[in-house]
Amino acid sequence: MEVLRILDVDGSLIGDSPVDLDEARRLFAAMVTARVYDRKGSALQRQGRLATYAQFEGQEAAQIGSVAALRPDDWLVGTYRDAAAMWMHGYPWEALLLGRMGDERGGAPPAGVNVLPPSITVGGHMIHAVGLGWAERMKGSDRIALTLFGDGATSEGDFHEAMNFAAVYSTPTVFVCQNNGWAISMSRGRQTASETIAQKADAYGMAGVLVDGNDIFAVLTAARTAVQRARAGEGPTLIEALTYRIGPHTTTDDAGRYRSDEDVDAWRKKDPIDRLRAHLRSAGGWDEAWEGAIEQSASTEIEAAVAQAEGLEPFPADAMFDRMYAKPPGSLEAQRRLQGDEPG
Amino acid sequence: MSELNLAQALNDALDVALAADDRVVLLGEDVGVTGGVFRVTDGLHERHGGRVIDTPVAESGIVGAAFGMAIAGLRPVAELQFLGFAYPAFDQIVSHVGRIRNRSNHRFTAPLVIRIPFGGGIGAAEHHSESSEAIFAHTPGIKVVAPATPADAKGLLLSAIADPDPVVFLEPIRVYRAIKEEVPAGHYTVPIGEARVVREGADVTLVSYGAMLRDAGRAADTLEADGVSVELIDLRTLSPMDHATIVGSARKTGRVVAVVESHRSASLASEIAAVVQEQALYSLLAPVERVTGWDTVVPLKRTEHHYIPSPARIVTAARRTLAG
Ligand SMILES: Cc1ncc(C[n+]2csc(CCOP(=O)(O)OP(=O)(O)O)c2C)c(N)n1
Repeated sequence: MEVLRILDVDGSLIGDSPVDLDEARRLFAAMVTARVYDRKGSALQRQGRLATYAQFEGQEAAQIGSVAALRPDDWLVGTYRDAAAMWMHGYPWEALLLGRMGDERGGAPPAGVNVLPPSITVGGHMIHAVGLGWAERMKGSDRIALTLFGDGATSEGDFHEAMNFAAVYSTPTVFVCQNNGWAISMSRGRQTASETIAQKADAYGMAGVLVDGNDIFAVLTAARTAVQRARAGEGPTLIEALTYRIGPHTTTDDAGRYRSDEDVDAWRKKDPIDRLRAHLRSAGGWDEAWEGAIEQSASTEIEAAVAQAEGLEPFPADAMFDRMYAKPPGSLEAQRRLQGDEPG
Repeated sequence: MSELNLAQALNDALDVALAADDRVVLLGEDVGVTGGVFRVTDGLHERHGGRVIDTPVAESGIVGAAFGMAIAGLRPVAELQFLGFAYPAFDQIVSHVGRIRNRSNHRFTAPLVIRIPFGGGIGAAEHHSESSEAIFAHTPGIKVVAPATPADAKGLLLSAIADPDPVVFLEPIRVYRAIKEEVPAGHYTVPIGEARVVREGADVTLVSYGAMLRDAGRAADTLEADGVSVELIDLRTLSPMDHATIVGSARKTGRVVAVVESHRSASLASEIAAVVQEQALYSLLAPVERVTGWDTVVPLKRTEHHYIPSPARIVTAARRTLAG
């Protein structure tokens, strides 16, 4: 299978850019902002202010590029590693942070933001995107649903059920596999024996595309085509974005146990932000002060979100009972009272 | 003998089993090179090579494959990373693993062990703190074991591997590294199906298991400081449950408090209460109390402490039985 690439590793164009210069600058700003968040996330975890954190450095183009193809009212269903995509689609930083701080209030994006809370279980969420898009079509709307997942997730049975449903019912679903090389310690080669993940689309009877996941123009182009097809009622697409997880699996993982520094260094040279920067620079759309200003304002914005998330009033002890049902049944009300056994 | 924590004791048990019997095979996500997310299989891949198998991320596949291996004569020990990720394998466990002996009238048996970390208390992410052992204990055809101490963990795991029937082996996350104790070297077993009387007492019985056993012990300390004599029982095996030890203690003290971390309704605390009222009703001096988590999703880090029973809640419940 051929790999779709538009922006070469050195930043030169080898195909048609899907965007004008202004739009390319916006995409760049979004990737830089996401990276600022990601680095802060790791730092906050080290300070004990976040629970386990899953870094996405290196995957900014795959996430931002695919979401940039969506209309604001489309659905997005992603994982614990997809904070950049979720933010790009309207999920606020402070909600993302709250989730990582171990606060359930992080699971609720504002009304109108059609993003499900990040899936922690691997694999189960892809089929939800199928159901969401399917329902939209039944309701007569042309909203589509895009779902993000890793290469490891394609080993789970749910992946296969999702692909099969989507193809059989021709649902408006875009599947984006961020093949970042690893599923915790297991390399992609140990998740599947097929040469590519994209080719699996064939077996289910849907379109499959392989793209350079560190090339935001390629990701955006592939995603736009897939979104258009879905919206036009032409069915689902599986996109495999070839990328790399620069950090460990999460802040509790020791990646040194299973992969080499050379591997990581080789991928750093293909960094998605460096690549777009090189392109913008040669097109006269970049200077250092501008990037510095983006970093500065991202930092300020995210610090404010951290302060807001940390400053939130603590959840009342019994709030957990209110979130289980529309109206807590009597048995839960009885348990709420029993909670009073805890003095103070 | 050496001082080991619970994770190390399990590692030792697996090492002993792999060395003693070529049929023993370990499989699961990340069990090889990284030694498992809790490092329980650390170093075993180097020592036992091809019998410690890293698998794709596919719980149903892991348990289904282990099931086939067991039928074919191996002694597989499958690891699932957290109880909240065991549900994709639940179909295999309930629909196949637990039934094969019955379905084939003993022609086929599946002596496999499914190791799963369970319980919360470490501020982990969603799905990482489940205590849904009751749904496994509710399933016929499998045994469910949950050690609370390093020495028991090793002996019970070696029993589970030798057991002719499938065993779901639940490992208390909160205890993995929390305590160390002397653990005998080499091969020894702790019998499945036998509870342990941790301390003897006359006034009230606390029945618990897994990570909650330590909190029940703390509650017992508080009560004893007040002059209450507490009998503390560690179930160790959740299914089949050792009714004789529970009932014997209930007849002696007349007061029982069941302490579990899981959701309250249809929990093992409910089962303990039922057994006690069936077999010791006329010895009871007070209703059986249940101290449990709630019928809610286990909360995340910031509110988890409102869910997991505290020693204070256990003390309050015990006092209620004493006031009766
Ligand atoms: C059902 C389930 N099984 C196991 C896990 C533990 N786990 C968390 S992430 C992960 C690896 C997933 O790899 P991949 O799908 O490639 O995504 P990545 O983390 O690389 O983004 C595993 C096994 C889980 N979260 N859910």
